[in-house]
Amino acid sequence: MTDLHTPATEIHEQFDDQLDVSVDEIEERLETLVNEYKVPLSEARRSVVNTYLDDAGMDRDQLSGGGGNEEVEIADIDAPEEWVDVTGKVVELWDATADAVAQVGLLGDETGTIKFTKWSKSDLPELEEGKVYSLRNVVTDEYQGRFSVKLNRTTTIEELDEDLEVGDDAVEVEGALVDIQSGSGLIKRCPEEDCTRVLQNGRCNEHGEVEGEFDLRIKGVLDDGEEVTEVIFNEEATEELTGISLAQGKEMAMDALDTTVVADEMRQKVLGRYYRVTGPTLGRYVLANEQERLDGPVDAEAMLIKARSI
Amino acid sequence: MAATPTREVARRVFAREFNDASYTFKESDDERAPVYVLLPTGERANRVFLVGTLTETEDVGEDSEYWQGRVVDPNGDTFFMYAGQYQPDAASMLRELEPPAYVAVVGKPRTYETDEGEVNVSVRPESISRVDEATRDRWVVETAERTLDRIQAFEDAEEGAEMDEYVQMANEQYDLPVENYRRSAVGALESLDEVQQEAPQADQ
Repeated sequence: MTDLHTPATEIHEQFDDQLDVSVDEIEERLETLVNEYKVPLSEARRSVVNTYLDDAGMDRDQLSGGGGNEEVEIADIDAPEEWVDVTGKVVELWDATADAVAQVGLLGDETGTIKFTKWSKSDLPELEEGKVYSLRNVVTDEYQGRFSVKLNRTTTIEELDEDLEVGDDAVEVEGALVDIQSGSGLIKRCPEEDCTRVLQNGRCNEHGEVEGEFDLRIKGVLDDGEEVTEVIFNEEATEELTGISLAQGKEMAMDALDTTVVADEMRQKVLGRYYRVTGPTLGRYVLANEQERLDGPVDAEAMLIKARSI
Repeated sequence: MAATPTREVARRVFAREFNDASYTFKESDDERAPVYVLLPTGERANRVFLVGTLTETEDVGEDSEYWQGRVVDPNGDTFFMYAGQYQPDAASMLRELEPPAYVAVVGKPRTYETDEGEVNVSVRPESISRVDEATRDRWVVETAERTLDRIQAFEDAEEGAEMDEYVQMANEQYDLPVENYRRSAVGALESLDEVQQEAPQADQ
């Protein structure tokens, strides 16, 4: 049975000043929705809150978080419609694309980054890039699996005289390297300023035929038997992984009059081995910051105990 | 529905279970839909990753080269693999490698029916690479873990837990006791354990 007393208490706190409702009454409404109509708790909560908003003649914006919100770390934000306090640094400000949005950008703390939106109608002070703020009473939101926080009329903003190191959302993946994809090995990039596109047959998609600059990389696939992760190793990581430097790669290609020999050689050195990779994600890729070959001894004993017990 | 094609995960399975996986199926009528073999412990496999000892290579082709490789797991059970002109990298590895050697193989399960009506299961390798003993040992422990997880889910289903689609399919298609595969896992782990216990004495 879902615990409905806790959410009921939280909702009660939010309306404590405005409405004369009891926790039991709220819990009963939640119970009807969740147990009788099989509505998910988040939806039930939303519906109940809306009912009371109507009763009190309030806007959602005016809802207080019940005084004591939880101060959360950015990486821990994993549900929409929650009232929280966060402390974070404005990492980036983006161009607001709609009049309703006063400011939009990226907020970061030690654990990671999250998008924030500040509405024009909320009439809040301007946030500056690079400064750290304590934000009380913001609401979490979700769109296509990505979370954000929304500042609203009840949000209080306090600028803090401190700096913090923003985490990079690094993930750790482990598995066997089961494939090296095309576009790996010795590649050429467009030399135009701020363009690092990989050339296809000497051509850049943006700048046409150019004299490319050599680079090394591996687009690999790590597979642990349950999940597949695509990983990009840059020049430094590729050299660490394969022992082949950019200079050596160029020499190999020159001797063979063919750049593909570099990727072929790399395949033999890394395919089928186990690795642990740590780094931030970019789209469907993990960008390897640190990589470690897993070639130490394994604990067969513990698995054997499990195997004998079932 | 046209879902974005995602890469198929490479399953971990010991040779005994793999060679028993004779039932194949597709998830859609699309001609290009992936073909899966059904593992008897109740999981579908369109790709496998295995590490073992290459014990023998032979060109069994008649008109053109067609290489057969035998890779043995710690229980002494054999994975068979075949690579021809359409798998040039794997074929040249089988041509060049001198058995015995530890190899890691990524490949697709394939089945064919013999004249006697038996179904043989083999691997069509995408890549073959030479690896060390540490990699082999890690594969053995990992494969034991994945196998035990599948057996656990299979047995939980028999005891009334909600039945996974592929566990149900395995129950319908096979009459093979999963206990056999638990024994494969135990046997493979024991072979590592023995070597690890003997190792310090060998130093003296």
